[in-house]
Amino acid sequence: MTTTADTKTQAPLVRLTDAGKNYGNIIALQGVTLEVSGSEVTCVLGDNGAGKSTLIKIIAGLHQHTHGTYEVEGEQVRFNSPREALDHGIATVYQDLAVVPLMPVWRNFFLGNEVRKGPVMDRAGMRKTAKQELLDMGIDLRDVDQPIGTLSGGERQCVAIARAVHFGAKVLILDEPTAALGVKQAGVVLRYIIQARERGLGVIFITHNPHHAYPVGDRFLLLNRGRSIGYYAKDEITLAELTGLMAGGAELEQLTHELEQFGDEDSELRHVAEAFEHEVAELGVGATPPPDQSAGRHEPPSP
Amino acid sequence: MSQTVDVGTPPAPARDERVARKSPLGRLMARPEIGALAGAIVIYLIFFIVAPPFRDASSLATILYVSSTYGIPAVAVALLMIGGEFDLSAGVAVTSSALVASMVSYQFSASMWVGVVVALVVALAIGFINGYLVVKTGIPSFLVTLGTFFMVRGLNLAVTKLVTGNVGTNDVSDIAGFEAAKKVFASQFTVGGVAIRITLLWWILFVLIATWVLLRTHIGNWIFAVGGSAPSSRAVGVPLNKVKIGLFMTVGFVAWFTGMHILFAFNTVQSGIGIGNEFIYIVAAVVGGCLLTGGYGSVIGAAIGAFIFGMTNQGIVYAGWNPDWFFFFLGALLLGAILLNNFIRRRAEASR
Repeated sequence: MTTTADTKTQAPLVRLTDAGKNYGNIIALQGVTLEVSGSEVTCVLGDNGAGKSTLIKIIAGLHQHTHGTYEVEGEQVRFNSPREALDHGIATVYQDLAVVPLMPVWRNFFLGNEVRKGPVMDRAGMRKTAKQELLDMGIDLRDVDQPIGTLSGGERQCVAIARAVHFGAKVLILDEPTAALGVKQAGVVLRYIIQARERGLGVIFITHNPHHAYPVGDRFLLLNRGRSIGYYAKDEITLAELTGLMAGGAELEQLTHELEQFGDEDSELRHVAEAFEHEVAELGVGATPPPDQSAGRHEPPSP
Repeated sequence: MSQTVDVGTPPAPARDERVARKSPLGRLMARPEIGALAGAIVIYLIFFIVAPPFRDASSLATILYVSSTYGIPAVAVALLMIGGEFDLSAGVAVTSSALVASMVSYQFSASMWVGVVVALVVALAIGFINGYLVVKTGIPSFLVTLGTFFMVRGLNLAVTKLVTGNVGTNDVSDIAGFEAAKKVFASQFTVGGVAIRITLLWWILFVLIATWVLLRTHIGNWIFAVGGSAPSSRAVGVPLNKVKIGLFMTVGFVAWFTGMHILFAFNTVQSGIGIGNEFIYIVAAVVGGCLLTGGYGSVIGAAIGAFIFGMTNQGIVYAGWNPDWFFFFLGALLLGAILLNNFIRRRAEASR
């Protein structure tokens, strides 16, 4: 086990050992081992249907695992609700972020946890706290009174992260935080992931983009069809290998052939197949990965 | 392997070119009530010019009285709409409250106050049932309350006929407690020679309380949130069901209050009245800037919307126009207000 930072706790904040989940006779997740400690980012990579959501739901307390063990700070747990997970310091930032677009940033920040002064809300204090917390995460908002819907996708993501941090999260689960973002915005969010790590939090970063995962991750768990297909520390794998594993080269090729076969009977599908083939070629599966030295925010190709 | 994203550097303050300081006027323009306020001023000026009787202080008092009888229910209807729901049964619930209070006190020879309290329980129960059905079934409140609207409407007619053998209730003006209750719900007083109905004061009070709750308390935060995004508010721990049921019960409360006013102002109640008023409450809220989809709006706006309704309603009479045209004007007003609100909101959001 390689750990990048020396953490104060010996036991990792979250540890799954050989965990699995069946829905009736359907095996949604099988044999997953994963851990995250403070000041560490564990990335979970996988394509659609790989079992990422099932995994998050187990950690977040929406579902319970049916196999293996789930430990929080060395203690075996089985959460019955997201509230219980939250009480253990495990906060999840979902893709939809759980924000109300028309409401001001500060109202969103404290929604459900309003600070009260007698019967009224401590509005000045809440505005100040929200502004400060966001500043600590590196977001300098001119006006916390603006509706959160007017912020960019990256900023919204960061408000959701800052909110989780403020309300005592020790472990952050980020569900595809960069999926719907442009290249630049994704870079901004990655910075905040680092920021959260620097503040001593453990982060579980779910993504399907190895170019987003590799720069920030300390460990990488790859999922495919509900199974772990690899669990690596950073020094055990390169970006190129990660990309190759992630794209699952052989499988993609097979899919291309299948699409082509159908395409013979259906002209519309043929177009799809051609476009898909083109995309696979562009992804450069098995070929050389995109050059690293091109550096910085423009590098990761948008998904 | 070097990193591809330069995560070390703090984010550049690159937003400056996009955010100009908003002027006070711009801030004012971004308020939900602004469209209604502009509309109210225009309509006031039009009637002021074309209808000389409209200029009298006593006319204004009458207009305010009419406005208040629609404005009081509109307070809660606006809150409910901000919370993302509708209540089509509000109009007939007003009538139910008045009927229940009247019949309970008359039939049981009880004090008027007994009827008043029983009516409150009934009105809150109607609100609770509406809210409970909406949150438990997930059926849109438009449909749920459409159903309860017809049910309550039928009950009003049928039960009244059953109890009194008539389409209206008996005169309750000589029952004990009538005078005292009338003081609370339907009295009037004169200020500078102008008779002011007490409902105006109640209306102002309700608007102030509702605005305070909406903007200053955590409950208000929750109301905006459940209307703006129900799944999000649930995810962060807002008690969604309680908030929505509470809002429906608030509508029940104002329906009760309005019903009490009708009862003590007219002594008897016709069982068929109140149908269609629910739309006027909704019109007031929408004209006042409440978003049909929830999450945005203002109680003060709804009050201005009710005032616009009152002005138009009475102004047509003062101007000597054919009152048959009233509903045409009301509809046109509603469409105009919606267009204006849309335009202003888009501008306000774009200018940020």
